[in-house]
Amino acid sequence: MASKYSQITAHSILLLGTLLIMVPIWIVFASSTHDSITIATKGMQFGLGDNFLNNYRNVLFERGGFSKEVTFLRLISNSLVMAFGIATLTVITSLLAAYTIVYFKIKLATTYFWLIFTTLLVPLEVRIFPSYAIVSELNLTNTYAGLILPLLASSIATFFFRQFYKTIPEELLEAAKIDGVNSWKFFIDFLMPLSKTMIIAIFIFMFVYGYNQYLWPILVTSTEDYWTVIMGMKIMFMRTSIGSFSYIILSIIPPILVVIFLQRWFVRGLLYSGK
Amino acid sequence: MKKVQFNSNLSPFLFIAPQLVIILIFLYWPIIQTFTDAFTSQDPFGFSKTFVWFDNFELVITDPAYLRSFKFTLIYIFVITLVTGSLGLLLAVQANSVIHGKSAYKTLLIWPYAIAPAVVGVTANYFFSERLGLLYSFFNDLWGFNWMNSVSDAYIYVMIAGSWKQISANFIFFLAGLQNIEKSLIEASLIDCKSSFRRFWTVTFPLLMPTTFFLIIINITYAFFDTLGIIDTTTIGAPSGETKTLVYKAYIDGFRGLDLGSSGAQSIIMMIIVLVITIFQFRFIERKVHYN
Repeated sequence: MASKYSQITAHSILLLGTLLIMVPIWIVFASSTHDSITIATKGMQFGLGDNFLNNYRNVLFERGGFSKEVTFLRLISNSLVMAFGIATLTVITSLLAAYTIVYFKIKLATTYFWLIFTTLLVPLEVRIFPSYAIVSELNLTNTYAGLILPLLASSIATFFFRQFYKTIPEELLEAAKIDGVNSWKFFIDFLMPLSKTMIIAIFIFMFVYGYNQYLWPILVTSTEDYWTVIMGMKIMFMRTSIGSFSYIILSIIPPILVVIFLQRWFVRGLLYSGK
Repeated sequence: MKKVQFNSNLSPFLFIAPQLVIILIFLYWPIIQTFTDAFTSQDPFGFSKTFVWFDNFELVITDPAYLRSFKFTLIYIFVITLVTGSLGLLLAVQANSVIHGKSAYKTLLIWPYAIAPAVVGVTANYFFSERLGLLYSFFNDLWGFNWMNSVSDAYIYVMIAGSWKQISANFIFFLAGLQNIEKSLIEASLIDCKSSFRRFWTVTFPLLMPTTFFLIIINITYAFFDTLGIIDTTTIGAPSGETKTLVYKAYIDGFRGLDLGSSGAQSIIMMIIVLVITIFQFRFIERKVHYN
């Protein structure tokens, strides 16, 4: 099927694509190993320097921010709490909501359905100031709940789970009903194992989404204790010896690890639904 | 909905309640508030509000700065969707055809998906900085590139920054779509059509239509909303507001300008755009279900 010639073409195109993706990040990494004077006078670097340890130690341990108290580790743990919270809670609430919509005979099913799906694509950015007003009215500014809850108000995951449940054969529930399985047991013992791939795919999607939030943490946090690593980036560079390149490299590691380690499920989960 | 269902009154309500409550408080309440803002005018001290009908909307759509931003957003969405979609498809087709190294390419191409737009922007800022930037000096040598003064150069800057990471998402979804096509269909087409180029456009690509359509929606929403972090860390709208997306402009007008009426009206216009996209998407999905 594949001639030698077409294989060579395919590999060349893929190599070019890989270079397009890898070269910028390599330059950032190489630059992160040089001292700040080299960067300031000679620009970004292709080759490795000898300041790796020093630069990364500075990022990890030097205090910064307006108060000169906040550390990188604090920021990254806030980001992880936010990302993990958003991913886990989205999976739980959406699984349950989709389950109700697909598997229950309830009077308000259609109303729920439209309530949830008319706002499928209304992102936080479009309702950002009113959301801020509500969060501060509920006294949730500078809390993890304030960082997390408004980002759970999205039905995209529910939509994906619903699409997936609809592909599960009717016979599964018929058989379960004959065996006298109640609705909670059916959900836990039958649907959850079947949804494993989808759950992981949605988890990765929401983890990356939560970790990478920029605008919302800027608005909702005023004390540095709740800053996240992405929104705090610019402020941490000010008035410190923290190198921006080493900061960038360290800050992108957690979501990249999640995506690379779970990519098998991510792609498979998308196969069920991503069409 | 399933034909066989559970009959119960309390438990389904408990199952749906968490999401329903969150959506009512953090989605519907702010949306209602946005409408209130859009149709009222607030005095400078925030003490009183007056109902002003469509005044805010009129001010917004007659503002040349808004129209500039509208034009830029349309071009931005179009270019990002087209560039990242075609590059992603090209790479996915190649990755699907190679015998060796498929999973290595997959790993190497998948991870920019995980990088925050704001981080991409901060990084792009260095590549395009006048003093140190590699891309700045590269383009500057070619035609005197200067994004701080030239609108078209600023467009190039934010388009490169906006496209880079999104190639990944397109690649992942197209590859998943290609792997999902039945092998027998492709094998059958091998007999009928010798040219692999024609085979791709007449057999494989039509089978990829659902994925393509899905990706168009993904790319539109990315270029529309997620690029806020990129604009805010690169041009901030430079030269003079020409590279503000609609979302970024609504944010700046509300945050810096404290003009909630205008920001609200801008948000409503965006919601209408998004609603049209949603309806479009639903019609497509429902049609697909019929085919199945």
